[in-house]
Amino acid sequence: MSEPFDAVTLAGAKAKGKRPYFFADADVERVLSIVMAVAGELAVTRMRLDTLEQLLIDRGIVAKADIDGFAPDAAQSDARGRWQREYLARILRIVQQEREAIANPDEPTSEAAGEQLDDG
Amino acid sequence: MLRGEKKEDAKMAQADHDGLPDYRAVGRHAVFPSADHDQTERFNFLARLNRHLASVVLPGVADAYRQRVEPAFEQANGRKPAHRREACQALATEPLYRTWSALRRNTMEMRQQAGLALVLPQRDRLIAETERLIDDGRLRLNPEVSIPRYLSAVDHHCMPGSYYTERTAHDVTAAANYDAGMFVTTGGMLGRYTDGGGRGMVDYMRRQQPSWRPRRILDLGCGLGHNVLPIAEAFADAEVVAVDVAAPMLRYGAARAASLGVDNVVFVQADAADLAEFEAESFDWIQSTMFLHETSCRALRRIMSETRRLVAPGGFVIHIEQPQYHADMPVFEQAMRDWDAFNNNEPFWTKLHDVDLDQYMIDAGFARSELFHGGVTAVVDRELFPDAADDTAEDYGRKAAWHITGAHV
Repeated sequence: MSEPFDAVTLAGAKAKGKRPYFFADADVERVLSIVMAVAGELAVTRMRLDTLEQLLIDRGIVAKADIDGFAPDAAQSDARGRWQREYLARILRIVQQEREAIANPDEPTSEAAGEQLDDG
Repeated sequence: MLRGEKKEDAKMAQADHDGLPDYRAVGRHAVFPSADHDQTERFNFLARLNRHLASVVLPGVADAYRQRVEPAFEQANGRKPAHRREACQALATEPLYRTWSALRRNTMEMRQQAGLALVLPQRDRLIAETERLIDDGRLRLNPEVSIPRYLSAVDHHCMPGSYYTERTAHDVTAAANYDAGMFVTTGGMLGRYTDGGGRGMVDYMRRQQPSWRPRRILDLGCGLGHNVLPIAEAFADAEVVAVDVAAPMLRYGAARAASLGVDNVVFVQADAADLAEFEAESFDWIQSTMFLHETSCRALRRIMSETRRLVAPGGFVIHIEQPQYHADMPVFEQAMRDWDAFNNNEPFWTKLHDVDLDQYMIDAGFARSELFHGGVTAVVDRELFPDAADDTAEDYGRKAAWHITGAHV
């Protein structure tokens, strides 16, 4: 009945009509748009986690108190600490790199370095 | 009712957040697209984001206008903004307005993507189910009907493909997407079957004309019929004709009506500006619900003329829309109400709310003495859904409270 079609691309298709931008810098708006999509997906994931918890509780596999009262042992605590550190480093990568850049204010761009390498 | 909760508990739980029920409370029927856990939660997130923007962020924009935007304009010009266009221009540099606008535009785009991502993969099932439910008594399509320029210029409210695009034969995906996401766009204010407008209209007519029994009813720009179904149910002896230009909406609407057990509506593909196929004075009640703002000046004149020709002696013509702009409406409110015109692909919104609708009706042949005005708010299942009559949040232009422009001939 139907021709092959790409639902993923079609679902994200642009509506006819030029899109308005509200911020002076369209780059900022693009980032906001992506952040909101990620925020939405985080909410979806959090709800899925809550669903799983509720099902586990309803079926008597865990009690709510088990979840809220959970205290990781030393090894679990270490592993969670490592995960959190890596997670923060990942999402705040640009802050780390901008801080590192302070130490080398005069470092060349790759383009500038390239020009210098065009040395005969 | 949410599983395992008593009615009081459900109400109480809502008081802690925004009063919105879970998306799972939205009414189902045979052609309503099915959603898995994450698709459901995507809609929940977007609905709550919409409510948050209206009830938390938007009041901040109003504060910023009073405290920053208007004083700065006054300092520069020696007077306050005199027209909504000036207020709009002044707001365009206000950071909070920009943020609210950018977020609001995004929620529209995200809602469309979420809806289409839900509907497109199940289109074959939806089409098959629609075809099973409809028959000639419920649906009359006319491929000769062309899509008016007022619909084809831009895709209304950022719906890719608008109401009318047929992605495949017998397509209903535009309507299924519209239906699935109305809860999100309106923050649940239109109730379980997004029919709060139609139910409000029934309420209004029963109060105004308690013993009136219309025999034949015409609904203009019916879409998927969500507003005409409660009218058809309330007047079960009436023959109801619902017209629209968009075949996907009509097919889906006819199947939806069949599934919901409403048997006195026929969905007809026709342009409300040219209803020559219907006899003069053949309808007791002609209704349009949030339709006129999606037309054009020329179409509006012809629609008004057609309603004058088609309404039977003693009958009613009723249009419900957001209130018209008028001198007593603050320019800030007008500017905010105009947001959808520029930023949510509602190209005729500004003009429609600016014109003198009474004069359009008089020009079409109605007598001024026949005209009347009134107000309608959405009537919803209050057990779970927020009631517009109790709603203190002002989501300009989207609030489920409308103005009636009507004629009783």
